[in-house]
Parts: sequence; C-alpha cells; structure tokens
Amino acid sequence: MLRLRNVDAGYGKLTVLRRVSLHVSAGEIVTIVGANGAGKTTLLETVAGLVRPRGGEIAFDGASIGRLAIERIVARGCSLVPEGRQVFATMPVRENLLLGAHVQFARGRKDEVAQDLERVLDLFPILRSRQGQLAGTLSGGEQQMLAIARALMARPKLMMLDEPSMGLAPLVVRDIFDILTRVRKDGTTVLLVEQNARSALRIADRGYVLETGRIVLQGSAEELLANRDVQRAYLGSDRDAENGAWP
Amino acid sequence: MSGTESRIWEPKDECLERGELEQLQLERLEATLVRVYRHVPFYRRRFDEIGFDPDSLRALSDLARLPFTTKADLRENHPYGLFAVPLRDIVRVHASSGTTGLSTAVGYTRNDMRTWSTLTARVLVAGGVTKEDVVQIAFDYGLFTGAFGLHQGAERLGASVVPVSSADARRQVAIMRDYRTTALVTTPSHALHIADTALEMGVGPAELSLKHGLLGAEPWSESMRREIEEKLEITATDNYGLSEVMGPGVAGECLERNGLHLAEDHFLFEVIDPETLAPVPPGTTGELVVTTLTKEGIPVIRYRTRDLTAILEAPCPCGRTTRRMARVKGRTDDMLIVKGVKVFPSELEAVLFAVEGTAPHYQVQVDRQQGTDQVTVLVEVSESLFFDEMRRQTELRETIVKRLAAELGVSVDVKLVGRKGIERSDGKARRVIDRRKLD
Repeated sequence: MLRLRNVDAGYGKLTVLRRVSLHVSAGEIVTIVGANGAGKTTLLETVAGLVRPRGGEIAFDGASIGRLAIERIVARGCSLVPEGRQVFATMPVRENLLLGAHVQFARGRKDEVAQDLERVLDLFPILRSRQGQLAGTLSGGEQQMLAIARALMARPKLMMLDEPSMGLAPLVVRDIFDILTRVRKDGTTVLLVEQNARSALRIADRGYVLETGRIVLQGSAEELLANRDVQRAYLGSDRDAENGAWP
Repeated sequence: MSGTESRIWEPKDECLERGELEQLQLERLEATLVRVYRHVPFYRRRFDEIGFDPDSLRALSDLARLPFTTKADLRENHPYGLFAVPLRDIVRVHASSGTTGLSTAVGYTRNDMRTWSTLTARVLVAGGVTKEDVVQIAFDYGLFTGAFGLHQGAERLGASVVPVSSADARRQVAIMRDYRTTALVTTPSHALHIADTALEMGVGPAELSLKHGLLGAEPWSESMRREIEEKLEITATDNYGLSEVMGPGVAGECLERNGLHLAEDHFLFEVIDPETLAPVPPGTTGELVVTTLTKEGIPVIRYRTRDLTAILEAPCPCGRTTRRMARVKGRTDDMLIVKGVKVFPSELEAVLFAVEGTAPHYQVQVDRQQGTDQVTVLVEVSESLFFDEMRRQTELRETIVKRLAAELGVSVDVKLVGRKGIERSDGKARRVIDRRKLD
C-alpha cells in the first residue's frame, strides 16, 4: 500500500532522513520506533506531504505521491493524526469530526458523511456523549480519540499516527491502542510512530527502528521485541528474565 | 512418482511477488549495512578503504560495489571479530565443518535461532516432510551446523525427531526399521552407504517406512539421486547451506526436484566468475556469493562460498516464487585445471555412474611430474569384482579411462580399489587431492 525507497528529507540545511526504505502492506499495523530526534515525525510528515522529499520515491497504492499537495494525498486515502492531537479547541466535538470529512464533502457525499459520523461515534461512545462540548474541554485521552475519529471521517485507507500515547496515562494508552487494533479490523491500515515501543510492538505486525535518520533494524514485531539492542534502547530493560518468554 | 502436491511452510514469504521481494531485500540490505558499518570494525575499515559510504547504496545492484568477504577474513577475525552484537547476546556458537582448512566460529542470537529453524522447516516441508513424520538425523551433532539446524526445523514443524547422530550404518538401519523412520536427514554419500548396508543386512525397503531423504552438505549427481531413490524407495531432495552464512536452510529442493529454492527473503544471492569476479548471467555456472539480510549475530557481506552453481530464473510449478540454484557442481577449490582444461568432479562423477558396475565413491589425485599434470582417479568397486574377476576388472578400467577421456577432454589414469579403499572423514568424501600445490 505504501512504499518508500531511499527517501532523503530534512529542513533547510538539515538532513533528517537518510535513505529510508520501508513498506506497509494493506491490512497491517506497522510501527516505527526510535528515540527523540531520530526522524520519526519527519518521516510521517514527508509521507503526508508536509515535508518534501529531497530524494527517493514514495508510492501510495502504486502511484508516486512524493510531489503531490497535502490535500491530494489525503484525498487518495492517506491521513495523518498529528503529534499533540491538534484538535480545534474552540469548536464543538461534532464540528471537529465534520471537518475531518472535508474530502468527502468536496465530492458531494453528504449522505455518506452522515453515516460515517454514526459509525465513528459508535466506535467512540465517549465522543457521542460529548458531541456538543468544545474540544478544548476534553481530557487528553478524549482529545486523542477525537483526533483519530476525525482522521477516520476522511475514510483513509492508511492512517498514520504520530505518538498517540504521548502524555496519556497508561490506562488511557491501552484504550487508544485497543482502538487502533479495531480500526485495523475495520479495514484501515495503520502506520504508527511511537516512543512507547513496547505498547506499539504489542499491537503491530512489523516494525522498523529508526536511529539518526536511518533504519537500523526491521522485522516482525516479535523479532524486534526479542532483539537485545531494541530491549536496551527502547524497552528499558536488559534483563535475561525478560527473554524467558521466547517460544 | 507424482508427489508434487508440495506444501509450503511460509506461503506468504516463499511466494512473494518479485517487486515486493526486492523492496524487502533492499530494506533489509540497507539496515544490515548500517549495522555492520557501526558494529563491525572489519567492515567499517573495508568500506572506508574503498570509499564506500553505506548511505550511498540505492539499489540492490549497488551491491556489486561492495568488497567480498572470504574464508580468510573469517579466519583472521576468528573467533568473534566479525560478530555484530556483544557475546552476551549470542545464544549459540557453531563452526564451519572444515572441509578445507581450519574451521571458524559463527554465533547466533535468539532471533537468528528462530530464523534458522524457520528456514530449515521450509526446506523440510519442501522436501515433503510434515508433522506426521519421524525424522532421523544421521548428521554428527556438534559444532557442525547440519544436525542442529535441521533438528530445530523438524521440531519447529512438529515432526518427531530421532537424533541418532553419527552412529554406524548398521545401527542407523536398525533404528530406521525399529522406530519406523519416515524421513532421513544426512549427506547423500552417507545415505547411499546406509542403503547399501540395509541391503547387506537383508533389510529391504518394504521392511522400512522411509519415504523422504533430505540430503545435503556435499555435491552429488542426478544418477546418485536415482540410485538412492531406487535402493531405498524414497523421494530424495537436495538441500544447501553453509555455516558461514547460517547453516542448512539457505536453499532446498521442492518435490519437483529441479533446483533448490533460495531463501531470498533472508539472503541475497549472486553468481560470479571465480577468476574475473564479475557477475555472470542467470543460468551460467560460477561461484555463489551470499549476503545475509537478517542475521544479527554475524552478518556477512558478499561471502564467497567457493561453491559452483547457477541461478535458475524459470518459475517453478510448486508455487514458490523464489529463484532456484542448480545443484552444486563442486567447489572452486575442487575445480581442477588439468593441462589447461577445467574439470569439475561432478562431471567426472556423472561419467562414473554411466559406466555400469561402479560404486559412486571416487577420488581424484593430481600430481605434476616433470612439468606434466598426472591425474589418477581412484574408483571403489564391489569386493567380488575386486578380488575375483581380474578380466572384468581390466575391461571396466579401460572403459572408464576411455569414457573419461572422451567426456572430459583430458587423459587420466584409473585405479580400481576395494570397498572403503578411499578414506572418508566425518561422512564427507574428499573428492580431490591436488598435490601440485605442495611443490
């Protein structure tokens, strides 16, 4: 579904991504783990069209999207849930959700938008009960749910999420990750960027480890969880006892 | 035999569309290069020497810009110099079997062990083994990777493993009969020896439950396969691997028996001309060069295997989309240049098989006398022929001499010896002794 080949990207004189190659197949949850400043956000922004790649190819559903405008990329079915939620704080929840459907409105699919709204509110009952409330008054976890729900309103084939667990309490993080597995079950492919590597790898099929702009490891989530470098650097442990669970 | 309803252990990974596979290979190659450059001083030095920046690799074909790794490099960095992870992350150490020269150590992380058992399971399944099978491993258990590698794969797929190890052939036959072994894992020459021993013991195929032979670790020929298949009434498949890159599981035949499927999602394969080192086109015989794509413990870049083979691109009816390699023709070290003519032991073997009455054990000895190459081929023949029938022996000898001269284009001397007249080491026959190098 998404394929990057040797993508270089950066800001001004700064090169952040070097020769990044990765792919996401339809129906997968793929995660990119890495430390602060490794280039994870830049990677998602480059796919979303917010940052222009300097080299390499980005293909979505077989067609190159490296030179497309942001809204064209969204229209093709690739949505980004940005870091820090970025919901419209002074607008009600319902309006926030409808804004997510602007691509659908532009196509004159009003009826479908109404159905989608129902579907999304079913997925997030908490948002249904707060439809009229201003988004800024929601808790952090609720705002994250709103950001995900808003992205779903564009009917994406691929949903990219940037640090959805950031600043949330562990129980809320679990809810968010449960929602992502449900989103995938409903047919949306997920590309997830996370510092919380353990939680991300638990729901992911595959993962990539990004270090200083380069992919240093890739493999199934199971393999990455068993990799000692990953354990030391991202899972905060190097205890042999942790490895006892290997089958 | 119509047994082509071959099953596939990892259909998703073994049947990738070419574009998907190449994307995966590129991703894995790039990550491997970053890791070896960061963690293995040997590769950093090598890359720096030739001015190769790992970030500059953009396509799989760029691999040709990288330096080769040889057995000598492994030896110089023995035991742990080429490991890309600290020793505490290594859970298993093996060594090359030392067919030629000193053995060298290789290490496996937990993930390497899992990959390895997955790949040997693929090979076993391709050869017809299922979880219903009783798998007798007749390789020597030890530093050599053959036994443990296939053992793990057989357990992984749920077969019943009988780790007989290197017991003598009579014991192998007795266990095979009593335990109702259905799959035999060993070298082809050992399998043949077991087959002959069974016949000597009066144990016919009907008394055995054997169905599959998973044979590897040395070059063999189609005629040898036929002989093994007929004597044991089994389907014999070839499999390939070398400890320097992992062990068995690198490639294995499916029941089509028309070449060994390469594990291309875990290794990159090239074939080069062993003299010019330039890549040769698919279908052309040359030296196999392997780059690991997923190894964590000891990744190797462009390892020269010294095994002679060709890459086959034609699709296989079994459904796997991986390319195949032709059965190994011999080793570059075994490739003899006699009076300017290239002679492969495998060609010689084919001639010997074609001549009726010859057992497949042979050895080529080369000497140089007064500047002229002298080739002597020792051939084992049955005891009765050796002791009793002088006239037939002479006839046979002359036939072999003539056929070899015609097929190989060089004249050789032939000596017939009795059974076991040629020494064997660890079940592996030493095919070529070139004394010219000693001068």
